[in-house]
Amino acid sequence: MIDDITAAKDAALAEVERADSLDAIVALEPRLLGKKGSLGSLKAQLGSLSSVDDKKVAGQALNEATQAVESALSARRDSLGDAALAALVAHERLDLTESAGRPTRGHAHLVTQAWERLEDVFIGLGFQVAEGPEVETDWHNFEALNMGEGHPARGEFDTLFVDYAPPGGTAGRTVLRTHTSPVQIRTMLTAEPPIYIVAPGRVFRRDTPDATHMPVFHQIEGLVVDRHITLADLAGTIEAFTKAFFGPGFTSRLRPSYFPFTEPSAEFDIQRPDGSWLELGGCGMVHPNVLRAGGIDPDEWSGFAFGFGIDRMAVMRHQVADLRDMYADDLRFAEQF
Amino acid sequence: MKILLSWLNEYGEFADPGDAAAVQRLADTMTALGLAVEEVRHVGGTVDGVITAQVKRLERHPDAAKVQRVWVDAGDGAERHVWCGAFNMHVGDVVPLATLGTSMPDGRLIERRGILGIDSEGMLCAGDELALVDESAERGILILPADAPLGVPYGEVLGLQPDVLFDLDLTRNRPDCWGYIGVARDVAARMGIELRLPAPTIEFGGEPRTAPVDLVDGERCGRFTSTVISGVRIAPSAPWMQQRLTAAGMRPISNVVDVSNYVMLELNQPTHAYDLDTLGGGGFRIRAARDGETIVTLDGAERTLTPADILICDAHDAPIGVGGVMGGLDTEITDATTSVALEAAWFRSLPVMQTASRLGLRSEASARYERGVDPYITHTAVARFVELLRETCPELVVHPTTVDATGPGLPPQERSCQVRITEVNRILGTSLVADDLPRLLDPIGFTVSGSGDVRTVALPSWRPDSDSEIDVIEEVARHIGYDAVGKTVPRSTVHGGLSVHQQRRRRLREVLLGLGITEAMPNPFLAPDTLAKADLDGPAIRITNPLVDDESVLRTSLRPGLLRAIAFNESHRRTGARLFEIGHVYPPGTGELPDEHEALCVVLAGDEAPAAIAVWREIAAALGAGARIDQGRVPAGLHATRSATLQAGKDPLGAVGEIDPAVLRRFGVDERVAIIEVRLDELLAREPKPAVWKSVSRHPSSDLDLAFALADDVPAEKLEKAVRQGAGALLVAIDLFDIYRGPGVGEGRRSLAYRIRLQAPDRSLTDSDIADVRRAAVAAAAKFGAELRG
Repeated sequence: MIDDITAAKDAALAEVERADSLDAIVALEPRLLGKKGSLGSLKAQLGSLSSVDDKKVAGQALNEATQAVESALSARRDSLGDAALAALVAHERLDLTESAGRPTRGHAHLVTQAWERLEDVFIGLGFQVAEGPEVETDWHNFEALNMGEGHPARGEFDTLFVDYAPPGGTAGRTVLRTHTSPVQIRTMLTAEPPIYIVAPGRVFRRDTPDATHMPVFHQIEGLVVDRHITLADLAGTIEAFTKAFFGPGFTSRLRPSYFPFTEPSAEFDIQRPDGSWLELGGCGMVHPNVLRAGGIDPDEWSGFAFGFGIDRMAVMRHQVADLRDMYADDLRFAEQF
Repeated sequence: MKILLSWLNEYGEFADPGDAAAVQRLADTMTALGLAVEEVRHVGGTVDGVITAQVKRLERHPDAAKVQRVWVDAGDGAERHVWCGAFNMHVGDVVPLATLGTSMPDGRLIERRGILGIDSEGMLCAGDELALVDESAERGILILPADAPLGVPYGEVLGLQPDVLFDLDLTRNRPDCWGYIGVARDVAARMGIELRLPAPTIEFGGEPRTAPVDLVDGERCGRFTSTVISGVRIAPSAPWMQQRLTAAGMRPISNVVDVSNYVMLELNQPTHAYDLDTLGGGGFRIRAARDGETIVTLDGAERTLTPADILICDAHDAPIGVGGVMGGLDTEITDATTSVALEAAWFRSLPVMQTASRLGLRSEASARYERGVDPYITHTAVARFVELLRETCPELVVHPTTVDATGPGLPPQERSCQVRITEVNRILGTSLVADDLPRLLDPIGFTVSGSGDVRTVALPSWRPDSDSEIDVIEEVARHIGYDAVGKTVPRSTVHGGLSVHQQRRRRLREVLLGLGITEAMPNPFLAPDTLAKADLDGPAIRITNPLVDDESVLRTSLRPGLLRAIAFNESHRRTGARLFEIGHVYPPGTGELPDEHEALCVVLAGDEAPAAIAVWREIAAALGAGARIDQGRVPAGLHATRSATLQAGKDPLGAVGEIDPAVLRRFGVDERVAIIEVRLDELLAREPKPAVWKSVSRHPSSDLDLAFALADDVPAEKLEKAVRQGAGALLVAIDLFDIYRGPGVGEGRRSLAYRIRLQAPDRSLTDSDIADVRRAAVAAAAKFGAELRG
């Protein structure tokens, strides 16, 4: 009996060794270990042994043989499985550079990109973002900003007028806002100080389009109204913005200028690391008349305001030579950015 | 305003034109005062190594058509040969010769250079090559006076002195700087330079003779002075005056005109000399023009006037000048003029501006009156005029006495305001004391008086822009220097950030960009017929003064702009454009302002309506928004059977579907275009409440597939809703996975197959659970005529 067991085991192990696929292993398993398999049938013969000792010896041998075949099957299954996976991996090679097509992303407009970068810098400085209508009243666009009827500075804005008149109101008093400054007035009229806002937005001038001018363009305006706000605070805020937006190597200066809605007024210039200067925008301390128009007591509160072009930030960053290209909605342009 | 340094130096020692560092310091000071220096131009300088030489011989070379050979004598008797590309000189002419080794202003170095193997020993120079200012000079080699010595620097012959021309970009609040003394006063104060202002006095002589003034319009002409001057002899003005006027960009004409211009540039007070012999009645009458009244101005043009214009008339009420703008031709001084009536007047700025603008006639005088002239400098101007004219008219007699007519429009001479030093420091962030004020303000004519923390500051008559404390504070800031104020950052006392609307707008944009849709920004101005082309009738706002008619209507929809963008890209072989715009539209309204609001439009060229629905579902999911797709209401301009209104509650939120093919044809778009339009004021207004956590069931789920046949005119949405309701609480997901039309379903019907995933939170489902759901779903669907298939 022992010899039969040994022979059956050896034969089974040899068969396992010969199995060359996972399918063959699956087919082999019942044949070797099943009740009717070579070892299984020997197990049935155990009962015919007469001596208890013989039964015990043969049973142990049979168990050992069964375990040996099981472990051989398992080892063979693993090695064939590994080989099959290796073959699959080898077989399914892809040339990753031959891939055609890809998901395309959309492209944010350059103005939006500059707009959001500017907003983020000012949010970091503690500003909120305010907005207002693009079609404005003459009062908000001019009069409340210390430019009453007939003020000579009005002529410098090349204002576009519209034929809208409120019911019962007069025609000719509605304009396309020439700057974002009316948002200052709207903010002051609706919010109590302290006010820390920037107002980005679309503005309009009666300008013939050329490489550096568009009749429709974008500005960002800042307004701070709080107790004890000074000209030095304005200079410091411009400086902080300059370093945050352009980089630590940039610096700024204020030089006297004139705007009806601020006093003292200034132009602010940015100095590049190479020492050259760039005129960026206008700013100043909010004129007491403007604070009054916004319903704020100029003896209790003071403030500053500043403003500059968003479009210019966009074209400068990407060295766009002609502003008109930025507004052509040409995908060949948009997809560059 | 152009400022010539040598002229400015008349009023103080500002800078030596040859001292580059001093010139730069001066320029920086002017800029720091708000007199922005746009350009610093060195003029009158000479180029070392360029000497006078006489042309001896000229000869053409047969192989060189564009140059000729010239032999010159540079004073040493030897003939030097140079090639020259100009042909304007003749034998005997004295010309500038750049000798070998000369470094030219444009950076060229003059070297021995050959053409056709023949060397050139230098270069003959044109005026512009020597950076001479005189732009009227003929092109070609500069011809020097024939009697000039040879071999000497050409600058000696021309009497050139190095000088500097500053081009100042002046702001509207500084009319005083339209005169040299205004610039000088400001700069001298800042630099601590002693100011020397002209202080002329009139010596009257001869018999009393006046040109009486009848000042009718004393409101707009606040002052009109006339002075009779005889013994005038019209002649060229002095060479020094001609040189200065030329440098300032004015053509010298005659002594009387030049002196008038010089006084204007110096004192910012226009004057006008009338020929007394042609001045009707020998006097003036200043009144409003009558409607339609005409006058021929000095430039020869006939001008038609309105009562908005101030008219200078003679004593017979005949027009002789447009007040503050330009004199008339009839009383112009001529070579025969011997006596003049000199006007020095003050006009209000607004009427002058309006007249000059309406007539399209901007003169040096009107430019100054528009900005504001000192009403109290007329006497100085007349005295200065006389003093300077006497140089070329020694026999000049100024008759007693000047007529000085003033009207109610004349601003008061004495103006002042109170200035609190606490307010100065509050606005500027400085720590000045009141005693600092006189030092800063007195030199610029803002004379400080009084004591204590509140001082009285007199406001100078040449600064019409200044009338209140804040104006004086600006003067303090300018004269301590904006740089000296320092830089501090205020600690924002509010919480910075974006509003809900702004945050949601950014999220919307990110979703669209992620879906491969590119942002466009078309012109919001449309042509008059564009909205109609898009079938978007209805009222629109018009621009009353558009640049061009094609951009004269404010858009009421973003759609036309994006359709044009698609057509444009198609024309460049870029089909399949996927574009969106987030922007304002401006339909008229009934309030103080139009019903302007923010909108979104997405266009997908080459896509059909379901693509738009898919994008809308992404947007809605990202923003936590919902809307009913109401195909029963097709928005204007959209495809009649492939579009729907997006309905949020009772209000339409937008539209979704495809553009009407007729609209596409009118816009020249070749592809189908799927579209979404949404009003953003509603969509972005509120952030939905945060989603509340639901536990994820640990029990197994089961799927149930149900296919229904449903009539084409019943929306699938209704069927889905019914199935959902029927399935009840066990339903966790429902997915329409197949749509089929064809044999076996029936005409006018389609098969809609849903996979329904069922799961209970607390137990495993049994077969009877699933059967119940199935029965309930089928029953609910049947209410819409949906039949369970197969």
